[in-house]
Amino acid sequence: MTKHQANDATYTASELLCVMAARLLKDGQIVFAGIGVPLLAATLAQQQFAPHLTILFEGGTIGPRIVPGELPPSTNEQRCTRYANMVLPITDVLLLLQRGYVDIGFMGGAQIDRFGNLNSSFIGDPNNPKTRLPGTGGGNDISSLTNMIVAMKHEKRRFVADVDFITSPGWIRGGKSRAQAGLPQGGLWRVVTDLALLGFDEATREMQVLALQAGVTREQVQDNTGFKLLFADNLEAIEPPRKDELATLRRLDPDRRFTA
Amino acid sequence: MSDNDLVTPYPQLRQETLARDRGLREKVMSLEQAAKLISDGDHVALGGCHLSRTPTAMIWALIRARKQKLTVSRSIASSETDLLLASGAANHVVTSWFSQGLIWGVSKVMRHYTEKKLAVFEEWSHMSMGLRYRAGAMGIPFMPSRTMLGSGVGEQLGEKLKTMTCPFTGEELALLPALNPDWALIHVQRCDAFGNAQLDGLQFMDLDLAMAAKRVIMTTERIVSNEQIRRTPDQTRIPFFTVEAVVEAPMGCAPHECYGVYEPFFSHLDDYAHVTTKDPIEGSKKYLDRYFYGPKSWPDYLSELGMDAVLDACRRGRSVHND
Repeated sequence: MTKHQANDATYTASELLCVMAARLLKDGQIVFAGIGVPLLAATLAQQQFAPHLTILFEGGTIGPRIVPGELPPSTNEQRCTRYANMVLPITDVLLLLQRGYVDIGFMGGAQIDRFGNLNSSFIGDPNNPKTRLPGTGGGNDISSLTNMIVAMKHEKRRFVADVDFITSPGWIRGGKSRAQAGLPQGGLWRVVTDLALLGFDEATREMQVLALQAGVTREQVQDNTGFKLLFADNLEAIEPPRKDELATLRRLDPDRRFTA
Repeated sequence: MSDNDLVTPYPQLRQETLARDRGLREKVMSLEQAAKLISDGDHVALGGCHLSRTPTAMIWALIRARKQKLTVSRSIASSETDLLLASGAANHVVTSWFSQGLIWGVSKVMRHYTEKKLAVFEEWSHMSMGLRYRAGAMGIPFMPSRTMLGSGVGEQLGEKLKTMTCPFTGEELALLPALNPDWALIHVQRCDAFGNAQLDGLQFMDLDLAMAAKRVIMTTERIVSNEQIRRTPDQTRIPFFTVEAVVEAPMGCAPHECYGVYEPFFSHLDDYAHVTTKDPIEGSKKYLDRYFYGPKSWPDYLSELGMDAVLDACRRGRSVHND
């Protein structure tokens, strides 16, 4: 567990991801959230500054409220439906992405590459894998159809030049290759890590560092990445998590099931 | 279409439906009788999703009946599908995501059977699974969609996934083959003796599953009268004529959840994760012996889960009815 020190407060890498990701959201947005960091981040945004933000769950829920200490184990249990506006069949909630009602898709990642493609299916050769991972779930649908935020730990083994398998497409091979593959909408917008905030070059679609977490250097980010990163001309320094943000998070997840 | 073995030919689909007794008739039977309806090698679609409204009781009966070579499909597969593989009942899984659950890490049973190539894990995106069932429910051979393009998921499916240029707009689209499973196993909160099923909470893909399947086995927390169903027909989600068998199975999703009745049995699932992570083969074998082959009856299985665990899951499950 990485411990960061700032403003007299210590926080975990997961808490840092939640806070940074929450700050990227805007009031009024419709956010398709995965479980764990994405759900906590979207709920944090709702409670801090975005009361009109709506969360969608893949299990079929529109606009649930999260009961502190009763975080759902996946997006498919009754805990996902508390105080919701509506429940829909899974296929229909996913079709909202295709119809175009969703602003942001938000998930974690196991492995990402320089063009923002995500792998959650196979480690190693897909035909003879070292590890079979659980697969896409809705990841492929979300990433194919809307703008995405991915939150993950920044490690060299997770940030690779080319993923072993494209489960959820980012910018595929860069340039215009995503649209040419039949995916004219959406794309990977931001990657939030415990070291930096990253985006993608408008033309080449290569991963680019936009801002550094407090106390983190360019070299540190590059050293923890398995390919050569682009850096924005004016690298911003990110404000560390504030006490009020951390307090809200810890009220939501008092047992630290998702923020340890 | 002579080499098509993916999509049920339309004349056959219509003929098989027409040949069924679709009259308003009672079809209540036991888990054991319902298990006899299913043949080795059938495609069995599982209702619910992940830890929710899993048709555990019917799966339990199929494993006890020593079924073999089943293909199972589900929107998201969890520990129930682990056990279908570990028992030898199934050797082919069609799903979008397969592991016990995020909080337990990656399922070692799933890994063992797929990495050793003892079973096939055929991966489609979640929406694609849903649209395949929906196409099956609609009686059309495929559904166009805008996902899986440009990805390894699409590529890995080879000839099972086709693409076309839209004749109206010129766009590139993915074409998903209709899925008409031989059986859908669905568990609901209440159902009458004819098969009119009402379900509470999240519907998942169950309505499409029922309409797509060639036949449905409906397990239910309780069987209610047809008069009760007729008082709230707007709550009926699955019509009787899709259903071949109705089985009353209280706590029929345990150790998974049934909306408004019980939540997942978390401690039991922690224990399951523990024993199968330590040794996927021995762990799942011991689990099956204790909980699947050992009990004399479904109530005996529930006793093995433990009264404390049942009450705890029920207390949490019913909390959705509290203010």
